[in-house]
Amino acid sequence: MSAKAKIVTVDANEATAYVAYRVNEVCAIYPITPSSPMAELADEWSAKGIPNIWGNVPEIIEMQSEGGAAGAVHGALQTGALTTTFTASQGLMLMLPNMYKIAGELTSAVIHVAARSLAAQALSIFGDHADVMAARPTGFALLASASVQEAHDMALVCQAVTLKARVPFIHFFDGFRTSHEVSKIALLSEDHMRSLIDDQLLYAHRRRGLSPDTPFIRGTAQNPDVYFQGRETVNTYYAETPGIVQDTLDRFAKMTGRHYRIFDYHGAPDAERVLVIMGSGVETAAETAKALNAAGEKVGVIQVRLYRPWAKEAFLNILPASTKALAVLDRTKEPGASGEPLYMDVVSTLAEALGNGRRSTMPRTIGGRYGLSSKEFTPAMVKAVWDELKKPEPKNNFTIGILDDVTYTSLDYDPGFALDETGVTQAVFFGLGADGTVGANKNSIKIIGENTPLYAQGYFVYDSKKSGARTVSHLRFGSQPIRAPYLIRQADFVACHQFGFLDKVEMLHLARPGATFLLNSPLGKEEIWDALPRPVQEDIIAKQLNLYVIDASEVARSVGMGGFINTIMQTCFFALSGVLPKDEAIAQIKKYIEKTYQKRGQSVIRKNFEAVDATLQHLEQVAVPNAASSTRRLPDTVPAGAPAFVQEVTAVMLRGHGDELPVSMIPADGTYPSGTTQWEKRNIADFVPQWEPDSCIQCGNCSFVCPHSVIRSKFYHKDQLEGAPEGFQSAPINARGFPETRYSLQVYGEDCTGCQLCEEVCPAIHLADQGTKAIHLVPKGEILDRLQTNTRFFETLPVNERSVVDFASVRGTQFLEPLFEFSGACAGCGETPYVRLLSQLFGDRLIVANATGCSSIYGGNLPTTPWAINGEGRGPAWSNSLFEDNAEFGLGMRISVDKQTAVAADLLRQLEGALSAEEIAELLSAPQQTESEIRRQRERVARLKARLLALNTPVADNLLSVANNLVRRSVWLVGGDGWAYDIGSGGLDHVLASGRNVNVLVLDTEVYSNTGGQMSKATPTAATAKFASAGKRVGKKDLAMQAISYGNVYVAQVAMGANPQQTLLALREAEAYDGPSIVLAYSHCIAHGIDMRKGLEQQDLAVACGYWPLLRYNPALRRAGHNPFVLDSPRRTLPLKTSAYNELRYSVLARTNPDDAERLIGLAQEIADLRWNTYEDMAGWDAKAFHPG
Amino acid sequence: MELDFRTKYMGLSLRSPIVVSACPLSEELGNIVQMEDAGAGAVVLFSLFEEQIRREQDRMASIQMATTNVFAEGLDYFPSMDEYAVGVEEYLELIRAAKERVDIPIIASLNGITPEGWIDYARLIEEAGADGLEINVFYIPADVLQDGRAVEHRYLDIVETVRRTVRIPIAVKLNPYFSAIGHMAQSLAGAGANALVLFNRFYQPDFDITQLRVLHNLQFSEPNEIRLPLLWTSVLSGRVSAYLAATTGVQSAREVIKYLLAGADVVMTASALYKHGIPYLRTMHDELAGWMREMHFSSVNGFRGVLSQRNVHDPVAFERANYIRILEGVKR
Repeated sequence: MSAKAKIVTVDANEATAYVAYRVNEVCAIYPITPSSPMAELADEWSAKGIPNIWGNVPEIIEMQSEGGAAGAVHGALQTGALTTTFTASQGLMLMLPNMYKIAGELTSAVIHVAARSLAAQALSIFGDHADVMAARPTGFALLASASVQEAHDMALVCQAVTLKARVPFIHFFDGFRTSHEVSKIALLSEDHMRSLIDDQLLYAHRRRGLSPDTPFIRGTAQNPDVYFQGRETVNTYYAETPGIVQDTLDRFAKMTGRHYRIFDYHGAPDAERVLVIMGSGVETAAETAKALNAAGEKVGVIQVRLYRPWAKEAFLNILPASTKALAVLDRTKEPGASGEPLYMDVVSTLAEALGNGRRSTMPRTIGGRYGLSSKEFTPAMVKAVWDELKKPEPKNNFTIGILDDVTYTSLDYDPGFALDETGVTQAVFFGLGADGTVGANKNSIKIIGENTPLYAQGYFVYDSKKSGARTVSHLRFGSQPIRAPYLIRQADFVACHQFGFLDKVEMLHLARPGATFLLNSPLGKEEIWDALPRPVQEDIIAKQLNLYVIDASEVARSVGMGGFINTIMQTCFFALSGVLPKDEAIAQIKKYIEKTYQKRGQSVIRKNFEAVDATLQHLEQVAVPNAASSTRRLPDTVPAGAPAFVQEVTAVMLRGHGDELPVSMIPADGTYPSGTTQWEKRNIADFVPQWEPDSCIQCGNCSFVCPHSVIRSKFYHKDQLEGAPEGFQSAPINARGFPETRYSLQVYGEDCTGCQLCEEVCPAIHLADQGTKAIHLVPKGEILDRLQTNTRFFETLPVNERSVVDFASVRGTQFLEPLFEFSGACAGCGETPYVRLLSQLFGDRLIVANATGCSSIYGGNLPTTPWAINGEGRGPAWSNSLFEDNAEFGLGMRISVDKQTAVAADLLRQLEGALSAEEIAELLSAPQQTESEIRRQRERVARLKARLLALNTPVADNLLSVANNLVRRSVWLVGGDGWAYDIGSGGLDHVLASGRNVNVLVLDTEVYSNTGGQMSKATPTAATAKFASAGKRVGKKDLAMQAISYGNVYVAQVAMGANPQQTLLALREAEAYDGPSIVLAYSHCIAHGIDMRKGLEQQDLAVACGYWPLLRYNPALRRAGHNPFVLDSPRRTLPLKTSAYNELRYSVLARTNPDDAERLIGLAQEIADLRWNTYEDMAGWDAKAFHPG
Repeated sequence: MELDFRTKYMGLSLRSPIVVSACPLSEELGNIVQMEDAGAGAVVLFSLFEEQIRREQDRMASIQMATTNVFAEGLDYFPSMDEYAVGVEEYLELIRAAKERVDIPIIASLNGITPEGWIDYARLIEEAGADGLEINVFYIPADVLQDGRAVEHRYLDIVETVRRTVRIPIAVKLNPYFSAIGHMAQSLAGAGANALVLFNRFYQPDFDITQLRVLHNLQFSEPNEIRLPLLWTSVLSGRVSAYLAATTGVQSAREVIKYLLAGADVVMTASALYKHGIPYLRTMHDELAGWMREMHFSSVNGFRGVLSQRNVHDPVAFERANYIRILEGVKR
């Protein structure tokens, strides 16, 4: 590490963006995991006015899609600006067409990619090389970085090279494993950047840009006569590129002392078995080679840094002459190919060398796949590959890291093999997403990495739930650089920040013998031992762990820090781990507290200081007995009654052992059973709703707004209470004509997130007990047993017959069974109540096309999924294709359903004779609007199917396969505003214009919620968001008016928190309308910066402020001669500020730039008022004033 | 006749006895400039509420905690919060800006809830350049077990704490519900208060009898509320070693004049400015000037306190006899 270099601890996203931002002038981007932070940082720096190395502030523009970003990049490059972008996965796929152009035109540019899996049988946000490998034919050079430091350095090298070589570059590193790994690196100075980049090349780049002062034409259309030759003109550029890369790397080495080559070699110079690999796996392989060679083996690793253009000669030169066998590892899969891409390149290079005499022997060469979707890649796996190469007939096209018991591609490995990690302190922390554990650990890494000579590494694992999410932090500290890009398996220190994890999460398997186990516990050193589950006690004894406890929650409370335990647990770590001398560590923590909270005032700093001091007084070591005393075992992951797949597959994933599932256990085509969340009792809420039957007015509001479908209601004859457990609650139903009917509202407490929306909307106050509502939250511990017993009994009560439930009222819908339940959405989510309602209203005939985003993650992310099945075996059929194509995907479903219905109708007519004309006519033309009509149609179809089975003719068999389509299907296209307003806008527009009977539900959070709050075209004026940190300057797109302009589209704008009845009406009207419909649903979101408990109140305020007018446009009314445009909310009664400044997204600007905020909120008010006036006018128009749809 | 409006308050020299009391109008620098332009003798800034800062900090911390490092795809949800200073910084910046823009004294107002809050914020306010500090205790002893002495000590402790912390003059905004206001006023002056502000109008809730809930609506003071502070200004004038500010019910120059006659060193208003706008200060001055000319007073000091209890011929008029007379008046 250069003596003068500034040392920082950053992840590869930041390390890369730091350079890319400074050596470019324009950046056109679109958010996609895991690359989003690069673009966000660039935007943040631009907003702060940080200049690039030429002294100008780069221009950052967020586009509507990666396709748009690539187009903008292409345009900016063609007119001479140095331009970059950041992307991953499907984003890179959308850029491919432009990339061919950019490369074909020999344009100097670098795209930085956090390499990620492509969606195939499933989406995955995690890392592998599927995306960059798909970009191989574009003509972009591909350069791989293997670590955070490399990513930082190569970002500069690529930029310098592309300007000289004129070949554009993809600079990539492994998504998450590298992009999100926090590591200590030497920062390049701007002088370094200026030295490596030749300004003359920048001027040449500009001169090549389009200019009316020096006009030329680029982008012609060519014919058979010259196109081919045109493609061959670039060959010399590609031939020269590897040399230019190496020259630049050499210049870089002189400057920084860090030496890189286009292929690097690690290991024995006389290696007999060599492994070829690129990306983060290099460090694992190289460190393993070091260990094996020390033990007398002869192995080596070729690190591929420059992958395209493939430098054959350089590869042959670096391959030790002693090599007898080669294994090429690809972090991607190309189904059906004779091998994966890197393997094929190596094989063809060797074969060519053998053929042309360059080599006299052909080493045995095998290829294999590893690490797909960030699958762990450990020294044990590396060793297994070298062991395989020892065999006389090593397996080709192998896999490593999984158990393939179907096609037997996998290599066995010894999971117990590990490298000697003496001198490295390894610590693992188990926390909740919302308890600040990860933040505190990132802070610890900074403390150590930037203030001591020690090296530091941090990697953070998150689960796929958005509420009650668990995090595991893996931290390493040591005196030597840390080259271990894999999770910790032998920790010196294990911390459990949540007492409740003891019964749910395996932790101590990661502890090495003699390690320290720190537990945040409400019980002190005298009481804790007996409270531990037996397996935990056994692990502590067997591994002779040092057990410490602290009641961090109590310490936090005692110093006035509420529930914030992060500083306390961080102090414990420093006090116990010995990474730093205790006093030095405490001093450093306090220094960082002062730095972090200096703007919050002395009292906040003092509180944190007090917390640190109190921590040391309350931290206690527990005397560990010699024998386990507990009889408590870990509870079953899923109940015994769960289906076999859930027991055998889902439960394994839930236990954290999904890595161990063999290929045979995984569905081959991505098809999974519905409704598995019901088996995962997450128990994440400390407080859950308690129902008070005496004061309840049975309005159904609580059930209507519940984001997790944990509040259910049934009515039933009183006799069915026979056998009810003691304490099962019920009340006479509050409706006339049901004298012997009881009503029960059941809280599914184990599935509740404790969001409190139910209590907030409950209108019934217990008059004798002022302030207590008919549903209110109580500590779960007090009522859990009763809840469990009562829930079990409640489930035995019959589900209310849909045909007797009043679908038209909020009160009625509480009796409809939700077929979307217990999702992993945020506590208090503003989207899921709409989704749940959809499932209640139309669930048993619902087909959902779901755009990628929050709703596809909480709707479809394994291990468990919330779309459920009713007692008759019916339920929503759900799928997610991509982000950009959801409207088209849904339209395809509609067309398919219509086609199969038409086929069924045709076949039905062919059976005239075998079936009566009356039967056929009924099946084809009976109305199917009301629930009872649909039920009757189902009965007809059931009878038909029975008849068809008996007929047993080809036509009957054919009809049998499509007969279910005779019951009307409800096709819904669901997605967020990122999809509907931005990336899918063109498709949505086309689908609405198609006239087909599709229903669109836009869950409008006004921001890209899933990827972390980036601005969309739904983001309102004056609100801040990522890429609008200075407040959005332009108005929100009026999607409702766009759709209305077609005339034949049913359009509604709803906000459940303002008018639930109107929401219900709109969804039902949209579904009933025989044509396209779109419902825009205001969805409060954590990205608004609100107390989520108040989400519905914010919806109400948004309507009261006239910002979100409730409206319905029903073309059917126009056809009947009525005004189709109905305004359902009154003229505003409050200024926009009333609503806006309750939300951090607005108030942040009022704090940081009050004058601008005032101007923008004024503008936003004006826009809202004008929009309202337009709507108000329209509500008064005559029917004929509207487009005849 | 050249009129002299000058007065002294908290040891500060003021060009006019009409001072803008603590209210949200002073949240904006532009308004403070307008207040100076319209003739205000000084501006008491809106109150910095420690509780509000803490609540906002807690809210921010909860939101940040709930949205940061929770989910792999969205490690945070907001643009950089580096500049988002939740706390006292905004207030301090306003003091600094106001001191740069206007010449009249800027008096900060602080409502603390903890000893550290009082100490920290008072010090920061002084460092930011405020000319004085008004202590707004705003404490309702809703605990029925707390005795009057404890309440008094609470006030005195705060004043002593702040006095030890800062060198700038301090004023205490009192409530009128002490058993012995005169003694309390003396004690506060003894504890280090340079001025007393009579009185704090406590938030008094109303009820909505249809929804059965407590209403939180603010009502501006009316001229008919002047009598209580008028009484105590008169009683305390010249009897405590502290400057007196009278507030409540000031809607026009009439109330200003009355308070000055009672012995107030300054008269504070916010309601009048809400009702008529900031330029109304000018009107109030004009009316005061008109009255002074009419009454042949050339300076405010010339008539200040002439109707204070100490100066009137019948001091008992301020005591029980006065009460009886009023009651008799009602009977008639």
